[in-house]
Amino acid sequence: MKIAEIIGNEAVVESGGLKKKIGLHLVRNIRIGDYVIVHAGFAIEKLDKKRAQGTLKILKEMGSGR
Amino acid sequence: MNIITLAHGSGGVLTHKLIKEIILKEFNSPILRELTDAAVLKVGKNTIALTTDSYVVKPLFFPGSDIGKMAIYGTVNDLSVCGAKPLFISCGIIIEEGLEVDVLKNVIHSMKEASFVAGVTIVTGDIKVVERGKCDKLYINTSGIGVMGQNIKLSIDNIGIGDKIITSGSIGDHGISVLSAREGINFGGSIKSDAAPLNKLISKILRAGGVRFMRDPTRGGIASTLNEIAEDRNFGIIIEESSILVKQGVYAASELLGLDPLYIANEGKIIVVVSKDSASRILRIMRNDKLGRDARIIGEVVKKYSGKVILKTKVGGSRIVDMPQGELLPRIC
Amino acid sequence: MKYVDEFRDIGIAKKILKDISCHVDGEYKIMEVCGTHTQNIFRYGLRQLLPKEIKLFSGPGCPVCVSPTSFIDKAIAYSRISSFIIATFGDMLKVPGSSSSLEKEKSKGGDIRIVYSSLDAIGIAARNPGKKIVFLGIGFETTIPTVAASVIEAKKNRINNFYVLSGHKIMPPALEALLEDKKISIDGFILPAHVSAIIGSVPYEFIPNKFNIDCVIAGFEPLDILHGIYMLLKSRFDGLKPRVRLQYTRVVKRKGNRKAIGLIKEVFRQTDSEWRGLGNIPGSGLVLSNAYKQFDIEMNRKIIVSRPKENPLCLCGEVLKGLKVPLECKLFGKRCTPQAPVGACMVSGEGTCATYYKYGEGGLTG
Repeated sequence: MKIAEIIGNEAVVESGGLKKKIGLHLVRNIRIGDYVIVHAGFAIEKLDKKRAQGTLKILKEMGSGR
Repeated sequence: MNIITLAHGSGGVLTHKLIKEIILKEFNSPILRELTDAAVLKVGKNTIALTTDSYVVKPLFFPGSDIGKMAIYGTVNDLSVCGAKPLFISCGIIIEEGLEVDVLKNVIHSMKEASFVAGVTIVTGDIKVVERGKCDKLYINTSGIGVMGQNIKLSIDNIGIGDKIITSGSIGDHGISVLSAREGINFGGSIKSDAAPLNKLISKILRAGGVRFMRDPTRGGIASTLNEIAEDRNFGIIIEESSILVKQGVYAASELLGLDPLYIANEGKIIVVVSKDSASRILRIMRNDKLGRDARIIGEVVKKYSGKVILKTKVGGSRIVDMPQGELLPRIC
Repeated sequence: MKYVDEFRDIGIAKKILKDISCHVDGEYKIMEVCGTHTQNIFRYGLRQLLPKEIKLFSGPGCPVCVSPTSFIDKAIAYSRISSFIIATFGDMLKVPGSSSSLEKEKSKGGDIRIVYSSLDAIGIAARNPGKKIVFLGIGFETTIPTVAASVIEAKKNRINNFYVLSGHKIMPPALEALLEDKKISIDGFILPAHVSAIIGSVPYEFIPNKFNIDCVIAGFEPLDILHGIYMLLKSRFDGLKPRVRLQYTRVVKRKGNRKAIGLIKEVFRQTDSEWRGLGNIPGSGLVLSNAYKQFDIEMNRKIIVSRPKENPLCLCGEVLKGLKVPLECKLFGKRCTPQAPVGACMVSGEGTCATYYKYGEGGLTG
């Protein structure tokens, strides 16, 4: 889910129009626009956008039998 | 079972068990046994339809609708899906001591507006007040009477192999809207209950011909309704996940809350089972109406998998869609 | 939804499946140990799409399923005290205790409330100063640091009527105990996605090092699962040495989430713990540490429950170890159903038996 607002130790995340307040107690250096994994009302880790693109690139190149 | 739990009211397996083992055992009429949304009755030369429903939704007001509108539209829709033209509504209201008069006024006003939009008249009713704590603010029961259209016989018995399944739009909007109001999840206004009177849309569809059966997928969602259709029959139903419309906000909320949109209540949608030849014509008619703009063919009736509902998933796999097991979302209707 | 929908693409799924089929070299038994992996494999109908040589088993990754009956019995006992409010995640409600369940107690008037986060339980405590709020601490390392953070908040804000009944368990000791059972035969593991986001990949290294079994930490989306399966097959195909491979690179780091690990270490300490179906596993449970023991309800008011009798026909133990499938249990679908579960594997939405039942007995064969 995407970080839309940060208020102290909490953030508002949004996804598809849905907004929810979560705790940032488990993560560091979160900025607006970051994507986080949300579990039980908290962000548990930041999603690495570069690595996400990297994985997708690998997956898209599959299918050759190698 | 020796006590009633919330799961008995969820519309799923336990509700059906309760109806079979306790209700039908005593109320043993052949018409009741059919367990249709409305009872179709011959009274002299006329054929009328009669239905009843109770509304215990919490909270009373939520984005897009409220208990008053639901109480009218829900009963109007139950009559309409049987092929009846809804005419008259009764309403019984149970109020908790301490409810603000303004709240009651707003609910009544809403019911008035809804009956106007639906083209029905509230002709009789009753009000009771119980002590504080003995009911949750307000409960409404509405019953409705309609007149059956000529030559309309909608029944699951009409359904055959090759028939198509159409939904009138997106699924899960109502349940998520109620839940978000209850749990304080903010959608920034993008998800509203879809509660609406479907009688006008339905009469357009029926005039087109080719309709086998219709139902409005309320509690338990389209999964419940499709299972009710296929249960104990010699056909199966296959639906395509990629054809089913789920609005962004509903999708996101379902992911977050671990819910499956297939099982979430709708209050302004219908499932229509139609003959293969009439499918595209009926789809066009639905899309020309504002309540059917997002109508889709989501699946078909097949010979295989009899009695079951199968979903072809987004990634090409398949799985069975069962009748809902327990209480997914209490007090959603 | 960005970074989610892309990993559900059917076109890419077909590509991965093609590569999987090119690297099949005889039977390959994979155990996935996370309830969400079990769920998603069924939800997306993946078993059907994979070559028949690939056999998928579900391990003990469902925290609700492995909670012993005594935990539920204690929670029920606390719920019967009139000044107590029980706050719990929803899936604990239907778990059968020895003679009742939280759902049944709620119907009888027990103040039992569903929360989505331990922070909600603190809110209930703040709003009900005359009551004691007991939060049922169930969950593995994904949930544990969230509860730790809440306990720290409670201490900071002096919410002294908030308590935790800890049933928390950690994964690596259970995996080790599982592998010590000589009856188990596994070629590869799919390790949990979000537990690993917290603990990293290092705690699993004993699996390839001590037992010579290949592992992959895979994400939860269908493409992640398929990709993870491909990585395992390719490793065997190429004759590579087993190790812990990281598929879910966009979220999991080798060293894990150090801040979260720090919170766990501050608030909890390790203890022995009983796993339903697996028995007692040393060092596999967590209770509140000395600095936070004021929030441990068992320090405040201890409840003793008697050791219950398990139904001898219940195969949960073997199902959790991946030795049997639910269909082999005489109670499955007959005496044991989601409405009336006998064993916990049928209770939680993530439980192996519940998933089999919900998605139709092992998926589709025709």
